[in-house]
Amino acid sequence: MSRPLLGVVGDEEGQQSHVTLLVSSSSTMESVNCLNSSKLKERNYMGLSDCSSVDSSVPSFSDETKSNLNLKATELRLGLPGSQSPERDSDLCLRSSTQFDEKPLFPLRPVADDHHSSSKPALLGNKRGFSDAMNGFSEEKLLVSSDANTILPSRPSPTVGLKSSSMLENAAAQQAKVNEVATSKVGERPHAAKETRPSLNDSTVNNNSSAPAPKAQVVGWPPIRSFRKNSLATTSKNAEEVDGKMASGALFVKVSMDGAPYLRKVDLKNYSAYPELSSALEKMFSCFTIGQCGSHGNLGKEMLSETKLKDLLHGSEYVLTYEDKDGDWMLVGDVPWEMFIETCRRLRIMKGADAIGLAPRAVEKSKSRN
Amino acid sequence: MNYFPDEVIEHIFEYVGSHRDRNALSLVCRSWYRIERCTREKVFIGNCYSITPERLIQRFPSLKSLTLKGKPHFADFSLVPHGWGGFVYPWIEALAKGKVGLEELRLKRMVVSDESLELLSRAFPNFKSLVLVSCEEFTTDGLAAIAANCKRLRELDLQENEVDDHKGQWLSCFPDSCTSLVSLNFACLKGEINTGVLERLVARSPNLKSLRLNRSVPLDALQRIVARAPQLVDLGVGSLVHDPAMETFAKLMTTMNKCKSITSLSGFLEVTPRCLTAMYPILPKLTSLNLSYAAGIPGSDLIKLIRHCKKLQRLWIMDSIGDKGLGVVANTCKELQELRVFPSDNIGQHAAVTEKGLVAISMGCPKLHSLLYFCHQMTNAALITVAKNCPNFIRFRLAILDATKPDPDTNQPLDEGFGAIVQSCRRLRRLSLSGQLTDKVFLYIGMYAEQLEMLSIAFAGESDKGMLYVLNGCKKLRKLEIRDCPFGNTALLTDVGKYETMRSLWMSSCEVTVGACKVLAMKMPRLNVEIFNENEPADCEPDDVQKVEKMYLYRTLAGKRKDAPEYVWTL
Repeated sequence: MSRPLLGVVGDEEGQQSHVTLLVSSSSTMESVNCLNSSKLKERNYMGLSDCSSVDSSVPSFSDETKSNLNLKATELRLGLPGSQSPERDSDLCLRSSTQFDEKPLFPLRPVADDHHSSSKPALLGNKRGFSDAMNGFSEEKLLVSSDANTILPSRPSPTVGLKSSSMLENAAAQQAKVNEVATSKVGERPHAAKETRPSLNDSTVNNNSSAPAPKAQVVGWPPIRSFRKNSLATTSKNAEEVDGKMASGALFVKVSMDGAPYLRKVDLKNYSAYPELSSALEKMFSCFTIGQCGSHGNLGKEMLSETKLKDLLHGSEYVLTYEDKDGDWMLVGDVPWEMFIETCRRLRIMKGADAIGLAPRAVEKSKSRN
Repeated sequence: MNYFPDEVIEHIFEYVGSHRDRNALSLVCRSWYRIERCTREKVFIGNCYSITPERLIQRFPSLKSLTLKGKPHFADFSLVPHGWGGFVYPWIEALAKGKVGLEELRLKRMVVSDESLELLSRAFPNFKSLVLVSCEEFTTDGLAAIAANCKRLRELDLQENEVDDHKGQWLSCFPDSCTSLVSLNFACLKGEINTGVLERLVARSPNLKSLRLNRSVPLDALQRIVARAPQLVDLGVGSLVHDPAMETFAKLMTTMNKCKSITSLSGFLEVTPRCLTAMYPILPKLTSLNLSYAAGIPGSDLIKLIRHCKKLQRLWIMDSIGDKGLGVVANTCKELQELRVFPSDNIGQHAAVTEKGLVAISMGCPKLHSLLYFCHQMTNAALITVAKNCPNFIRFRLAILDATKPDPDTNQPLDEGFGAIVQSCRRLRRLSLSGQLTDKVFLYIGMYAEQLEMLSIAFAGESDKGMLYVLNGCKKLRKLEIRDCPFGNTALLTDVGKYETMRSLWMSSCEVTVGACKVLAMKMPRLNVEIFNENEPADCEPDDVQKVEKMYLYRTLAGKRKDAPEYVWTL
């Protein structure tokens, strides 16, 4: 397979024979063709420890230490904005964190790992592709690029270490700013990675799509449009909002009011009872109801009191409703506050006319819950 | 054909649509040049800085449709710093001044301000179609202007733009008299929209064929909207989040059943997998399916879905489908022509894709000609198989997530695999490489990739020879973009004339020095050689021996551009 092509340049027959050579010389050709055959030896180069729940075509490995290490690695998902995934349902979460801390994130030497022969000893360089052809070239490059003063500051530091399976797959989850990571030295790497955690939630950071590839530290690799990356980040963040599981403990829900040009958000955790919430909403949306007030006998802003707004909100004009986890629109106030917080996804200040028909369902629901 | 009257030749030219053919016609003789330029209505400008708008307007007085591309391709991956350029305003201004009867404007990777959109909406009474791809800097205010002022608007297509959502009611700005919409795509907008207004807009647009919603449109609104447009051909679902037990869900399913014409489906930015069953009625007719933003769909549901899509020609999907899922695709989608597999965020939860999936696809889908494949690993053997099974590749883009990973089975670079691809796919026009690669792969490319027009290289090669093989061998090369490769001054300067035959060259994190760039710029006055110095102070001249972090050069008739930011030096 590695027969040089040069010898056959310009030679038609030679080319053809070379093609044949390419096609048939590989000993693994047969196995590749027979997809279903088990001849293809599955190797775990990424150190990927796939859950036992995943299908069997996924490579698995038996090295216990390694699995500890890597499962550990996957648990520490530093990279994904907003992702806490405490709910990850697998063995992955079972390992304790102490094991992880013991090992550096980016070992300079491949961890004792016999799964692959590709573990070139400590080629610290992201230019591995050509570094093995140029002895010492990579070494020099490393020395140059690790110096922060060069004109190549954004070139990933040699210690990013484009290694394959010896790297913890978790490393891929580091959607750290490349510059932050790149300029830190090897010894600092484990700390750097952790330090950058807070910044990872910033979707404007140049995130690399987190693949298990440990080399995902590089700016612009894998080549995914930033729009796409940001969009996926938003999706995962929204999914969490909906579940109400935000690390900060806040529970922000959107509040819309019919006729208002924009929505607001309130943190339900700020209130402990319905009256608090309702007065907060009244204050928030008072600017919109002023217009409505006008038609109710010229009430000026000074005259708007809480009671009058309440009348507006709870009278025939507006009704406070919420959408629960099931997607139903319910009247606010029927269920105990704690239950309300758990099930409320968003709030809507509806015009009274639209709210007809909500009450019966609300009663049904609270019945079924009791 | 000199004895044919002009009118006859004009008439014949009407049948010639493609830009390349038209360009070729114009080179034949003076009279053909003249006739061609007077009759050309659609112009494509691949690099907005290659020519001035005035010159364009002068040459093509009948201009009706203009396509412009701005930033270099690697800007998509954050390699081009902010403010580089690609402003569309001067173009729109010039077109307005020149009283061009502009009807269509298609922009890619350009900076579009609200002022530009305002001007666009007022200056061209016949304006019909606006397509913005990967653009930025405009807000919903600009969209409001387009909606309000373009009385004949047929198409408003926003793809993957960074839009500031001012939460104004831009949709409401479509007047009641606007009934001409054929295509409306606002999937990339992040804010809420007034679904009632949208519903009414759809209701009064009988010609609406393509509608792509953003994630703020909930399921009940989706149902009402689609119910008003059973003639839709292309639907982009923003969100599909609901409890399938609800009545609305059943309604949606009924509505989808009535949509007999939908052949293209996309979106699902937010999705509850159970709700996908609502889409099942339209799956068998689908020719295009884009689930690449649907991060919420697990592989098993993807597989279930795909089994129904026997007519698919284009599939964009996330790697959560796994190798096994790709096997299902291979067995089901026999008409598949274009496949894109994007990496998902999930680590270890889903089986990701490897070379096995690609091989399966190549075996099951012989019509495949376009591929973008993000995977964890690739082997030479697999690539060789794929090359044998699918000799029709036009676009082959492979992105191994670990950029320099060798063949895991043999520990060899992927030279032979890619070599097989270029040797077998004689019609290959676009190629992106990844994995461990030596100079040899470039030798193969130079030798065999005769039709290659665009080549993207990252973390590959060993010496200048690599780049030289490509520059010497690929006669049709138009765009070459290189990052993090050991190509240096010799490679850059050996054949400077080559660059005038190409649209552009991008080199970043390579071995090229400032001095060499200066030499190149001096030798080739019709090239703009730009180097980016993000870290040096603007007035500090770099040493000739200093390596260039980023260089972008392109042929141009417009000379040095005047809107370059401080960090860009045109030599």
